[in-house]
Amino acid sequence: MSQFAIPSGWEVVIGLEIHAQLATRSKIFSGASTAFGAEPNAQACAVDLGLPGVLPVLNEGAVRMASLFGLAIDAEISRVSSFDRKNYFYPDLPKGYQTTQLARPIVVGGSVTVTTGEGKKAGEHTIRVTRAHLEEDAGKSLHEDFHGMTGIDLNRAGTPLIEIVSEPDMRNPEQAVAYARKVHAIVQYLGICDGNMQEGSFRVDANVSVRPEGDEKLGTRTEVKNVNSFRFLQRAIEFEIERQIDLLETGGEVVQATRLYDPDRDETRLMRTKEEADDYRYFPCPDLLPVVVDDETIESWRAELPELPDAKAERYQSEYGLSAYDAGVLTSSRATAEYFEAVVAREGADAKLAANWVMGEVAALLNRLECEIGACPVPADKLADLLERIADGTLSNKLGREVFEALAEQGGSVDEIIEARGLKQISDTGAIEAMVDEVIAANPGQVEAYRGGKDKLFGFFVGQVMKAAKGKANPQAVNDVLKRRLAGD
Amino acid sequence: MSLTNDQLQTVAHLARIAVEPEWTEALRSDINGILDQARRLDDPRLNDLEPMAHPLDQVQRLRPDSVTETDQRETLMDGAPAHEQGLFLVPKVIE
Repeated sequence: MSQFAIPSGWEVVIGLEIHAQLATRSKIFSGASTAFGAEPNAQACAVDLGLPGVLPVLNEGAVRMASLFGLAIDAEISRVSSFDRKNYFYPDLPKGYQTTQLARPIVVGGSVTVTTGEGKKAGEHTIRVTRAHLEEDAGKSLHEDFHGMTGIDLNRAGTPLIEIVSEPDMRNPEQAVAYARKVHAIVQYLGICDGNMQEGSFRVDANVSVRPEGDEKLGTRTEVKNVNSFRFLQRAIEFEIERQIDLLETGGEVVQATRLYDPDRDETRLMRTKEEADDYRYFPCPDLLPVVVDDETIESWRAELPELPDAKAERYQSEYGLSAYDAGVLTSSRATAEYFEAVVAREGADAKLAANWVMGEVAALLNRLECEIGACPVPADKLADLLERIADGTLSNKLGREVFEALAEQGGSVDEIIEARGLKQISDTGAIEAMVDEVIAANPGQVEAYRGGKDKLFGFFVGQVMKAAKGKANPQAVNDVLKRRLAGD
Repeated sequence: MSLTNDQLQTVAHLARIAVEPEWTEALRSDINGILDQARRLDDPRLNDLEPMAHPLDQVQRLRPDSVTETDQRETLMDGAPAHEQGLFLVPKVIE
């Protein structure tokens, strides 16, 4: 947990611009593949290279995916949208302009609700989305040394993006991260973006400004780019807030600029000031006609919408009796929800037990291995087997953890591991009675003290019996037998 | 409004066009002529009209999302002044 706190007397205003690469097979304006990791320029055709005489043709899949996002956040889907050219010169943008939607974006409005904090401190915030528009991604510049030149790979050029622009509705870094995470979850639930931040499929830029509390006027903002994880997003915003407040408190002023976050030094650095960078000379793209979507098509897309995180979390509460917090954690990513649902799909599964294991042991394991739940070495069906053995009394929770570790390390089946390691819990009453009797016989002093009213000694007896059973006795059965025997039965 | 010399230089820079000092006056006069034409759009009678995105009264045809282009790297690289390891090489750019 970070130690960051916004200094009193200041208010922070944050808006986010999120670029999500759409998971289409082909590019937004050409039939070249969008698959990641191909040989450089093997997936760049004449249209992507901006060669003279070529014409873009819009990908139906990109329009559909952008609209699905709009429907998921209750936005307006524009019946007519259009494309504009944003002009700037950079070698990885061979046309000299990016085709984007300025005047009439496909998605207008909508909102995303986020929860921050836990328990009593939990708060809900609704973040308004201004718009989400379709545009094309640029290529990549490789600045390693090619005899003092720069290498250009245009495989990414023309990959469809939606840029999701929020209103400046966030007031602290936690809300900003929660919003980014929620949008990340939504695009993955919809299957319209793979959400891979390392590979740049999901990129977040933060507009940050500060103002004295009570001021109506917004402070001068800076835009922070190059944030490729949620943790860095939080750190970058925190750094920027501190930097701006320091400047203003020492009589300086904030300069409107784009800054790059450097995770190695945990700071933001000036990339460019806004003086001329903003003059993109937008104009309507003459190569593309207005995009018209009719109501029938929109309704057919609406029918495609899967169960989204908020609805799923509500269902987990009503159907499984989970707390709002647990339901929120389990639905925070589509992969986690799918894993959990696969575990509870087992007949007779205890959802609360499953939730605790997924958020506890499974999360800890993934953390330790630094891997995603989709690649969890203990697949959902194995965990379901394991929980079945806990529910039927074969394993205690403690022994269950041992089996879980074994599953993670060497695989195999739950029953084989229980058998091979002799982990079976002792639930046989006769065996437990024998151990209890031995413990009672060996500790006459404590028995007398207990019977004389020292109730706290009960734990001592449980401990002794468990020791005798090498931890494998069924705790409930031990309690029952001990109570009876100590009462003199 | 008519274009000043400074504005002319800014626009030229944005378009990456080098404007020789002796062209300045002629260019300014040409561009101001174009701006005068465009100024007709300020006519208040046009205020209620929705801006037109395209002069053709047609809508965009959509393409099914399928990969139709194959790898043409070798052919496309033939026209490049410099390339190496499958990359186009350009003069060094530092942002």
